[in-house]
Amino acid sequence: MMRRMGAWFAQLTDYPSAILGIVIVLGLLGLSGYSLVAYSYNDMVTGWQSGEQWQDNPRTAAPVWYNWFTAQDLPTTVIRDSHGSSDRVTKTVQRADDLTEVTITLPFDYTADAFPKAIAVELDATFASKQPFVTLAWRTPDGREFTLAERGVGQSTTRISLSQNADLRRRLGGTRPEVALLAEPGAETQSATPLKGEYELVVEGLLFEDDATLDAKMVIYGKVHGLAGTDHLRRDLALGLLWGTPVALIFGVGGALGATVFTFIIAAIGAWYGRWTDAIIQRLTEVNLIFNILVILILVGTFISSSIWVMLAVLIVFNIFSPGVKTYRALFLQVREDAYIEAAQSYGAGNWRVIWRYMMPRAAPTIIPIFVSAIPGFIFLEATLAVLGLGDPVLPTWGKMINAAQGEGALFQGHYYWMIEPGVLLLLTGFAFVMIGLALDRIFNPRLRVE
Amino acid sequence: MAQAVQEPSPGAQASGLRLGSVVRLARYVLKRILILGITVVVGVYGMLLIANAGGYVDEVRINQIRQEIIGQVSANPELQQLPTDERRERLEQMMAQEIERQGLNRPYLPISWTDEGLEIVPYSRSVNHLVNAITLTLGRASDITSDSGSKQVRLILLERLPPTILLLGTGFLLLFFSSLFTALMLSRRYGTWIDRVMVSLAPASAAPSWFYGIFLILIFASALNWLPFGGLVDAPVPESTGPYALSVLKHMILPVLAIWVAGFFLAVYQYRTYFLIYSSEDYVEMAKAKGLPAGTIQRRYILRPTMPYIVTQFLLSVITLWQGSVVLEVVFNWPGLGQLLFQAIQQFDIAVFIGNIAIYAYLLAIVVFLLDIIYALVDPRVRVGQESG
Repeated sequence: MMRRMGAWFAQLTDYPSAILGIVIVLGLLGLSGYSLVAYSYNDMVTGWQSGEQWQDNPRTAAPVWYNWFTAQDLPTTVIRDSHGSSDRVTKTVQRADDLTEVTITLPFDYTADAFPKAIAVELDATFASKQPFVTLAWRTPDGREFTLAERGVGQSTTRISLSQNADLRRRLGGTRPEVALLAEPGAETQSATPLKGEYELVVEGLLFEDDATLDAKMVIYGKVHGLAGTDHLRRDLALGLLWGTPVALIFGVGGALGATVFTFIIAAIGAWYGRWTDAIIQRLTEVNLIFNILVILILVGTFISSSIWVMLAVLIVFNIFSPGVKTYRALFLQVREDAYIEAAQSYGAGNWRVIWRYMMPRAAPTIIPIFVSAIPGFIFLEATLAVLGLGDPVLPTWGKMINAAQGEGALFQGHYYWMIEPGVLLLLTGFAFVMIGLALDRIFNPRLRVE
Repeated sequence: MAQAVQEPSPGAQASGLRLGSVVRLARYVLKRILILGITVVVGVYGMLLIANAGGYVDEVRINQIRQEIIGQVSANPELQQLPTDERRERLEQMMAQEIERQGLNRPYLPISWTDEGLEIVPYSRSVNHLVNAITLTLGRASDITSDSGSKQVRLILLERLPPTILLLGTGFLLLFFSSLFTALMLSRRYGTWIDRVMVSLAPASAAPSWFYGIFLILIFASALNWLPFGGLVDAPVPESTGPYALSVLKHMILPVLAIWVAGFFLAVYQYRTYFLIYSSEDYVEMAKAKGLPAGTIQRRYILRPTMPYIVTQFLLSVITLWQGSVVLEVVFNWPGLGQLLFQAIQQFDIAVFIGNIAIYAYLLAIVVFLLDIIYALVDPRVRVGQESG
């Protein structure tokens, strides 16, 4: 058997499209392997659900490679934090009798041609009872200074979204803060361009207790982020796409197994036993045709559970009597008449032995290409369900990303990357399996190889 | 060996239709209608059982009844004057009456196991649901209304049927004939560059129509702004028939194109393979040697014997494409049955949902039936009247 497999594989390399398909499938397997080893199932589930993990990412930012296609250089996210040893951040602490003065300087170099999406500052304070008082000042490269906020700080983390601060916006002449703070002075709001150079955010804190501490973190949200961009919940799409890979492959292969291998076994049983067994199988197949598996899945997803594993199980059960039964049955009816089956029976082989050891191996080459070609259909079925809003409730999948992109109007707002990335992955996966399947079809069914 | 491939002999078709074959055809048609009818009943019943898997359908029905009766009570000044306790008692009484009337307190399954063995329940709920679904007596929708403002599920469904038939009918016909003729053309040009290109594009059919729909919208609606994003007609609906039809046509381009792209390349590949296999048969060589014109050879000696395979392939692809089209309608905001199904799910409108399932089962059965008939007509080997499955 192994030698035969080797021979098939050697034949497969005669087809350039099959080689391309194999390379893509191996790549996808590699990605799945990596994501399963590097992250646990829990990482994926909680990671994709949680909001906190993605706080420092911008909303709906394009992928970084978007910059290659645009004349403008869009900004990436800048984070400066006094907690760690973030570069050039300074923190000085001066103690007087009952007053401690903390000065944190968060400098950064702005070189992009466009304004950032938003600016936020997070202040971390610890104290017993007296609230520290903080002044935020903004220094531009040409020496102008803006006072952004003067306020007390609560316990633990205080988040100040400068972009959504109405008071600050009013003081800056009605212009959005992330534009006004970085703009070249004197220009109209509409035509404003960023002033490039070294900016500074200075946080001056007055602490009224000896043990009190203060730390600051500034996030300047960029317009491009990561390999794949981010979605409306600031989640990194690159991680979602990576985590979606094993899910897609498992769903595709599982579904295809149900629809081909089980169907194949059922067809063999029907063809061998004939009479009422065969008749029942035939009628079930016809009923199944009317059943419309998508509607069944929608029912199960709506009323029972839209977990991808429940869906997969239902899919496999309802695909056992798929229309393929008719095709395989015709094939087995021919095989059944072969002389060697009679020979096997004459030495005393039982029904099951004949089916398993003689009929199925003989017809097996037919289903191998069908199995491989069926995989993409099921991968896309998951996407179909997700687009209908019946995606897995917890796991990230490619289809769920398309659904989210659609729900958030990605096409209307021009966030094309959000739709294109999972789409291209789906299409690439589909192409790869079908290319292998078509080549296998020509190898196993030489009649198709028209000379 | 009923389905084993035998070489068809062109001479066998020459005998024509006689009275005997008409009778046989009628018997065959009746038998198919009967089998498909039973299939629809079994299929719809199965889906109802699944839908009611947590008693959910009934729960929703009972909630609907409660809403209606609370409405009735608060609209009735006589009842409003009663003290709270009495009014509540009255409400519960009315609820119980209505539940009794609609048969929601009867057992669910038509058979039950008692100590004395299997017992048949005469008016079980599931059979009641089934009869309602099959006869399309579907009652009223809970939220969804038709454009004319009616809540009758039957009217809602009838309103949504024409757009679906228009879209799918156009898409499938275009797909069938374009792929058939392209495949015939390619089988004559075997090995040329166009043949190679078409074959290498066959994997494109791995993706469903809605998937291509999204990208067609991205290109032609969002980026280029040439065609509408979706919908059936322009927003101020054109008054006269001419502009109305043109507007519908404009809105149809992208979804039909999506159906076509999703099915075309694989269909061409499959049909081409059949044509190539049959064009190397001996009797084709014979016909060529006799000097018959190329068109006649193609029509009578290649197209005719391959037709059964092609029709079967097409039937299977229609079923696949059909499933994708539910989502296609959602993606294109096309006011058809698919979109209605989606709305019914989102709004938990069970009555509309059941009606939709029933009408889809009917439509699918009709398609299968039509293709059965076509199959019988084009396949000289189908001995009409005998079980050929």
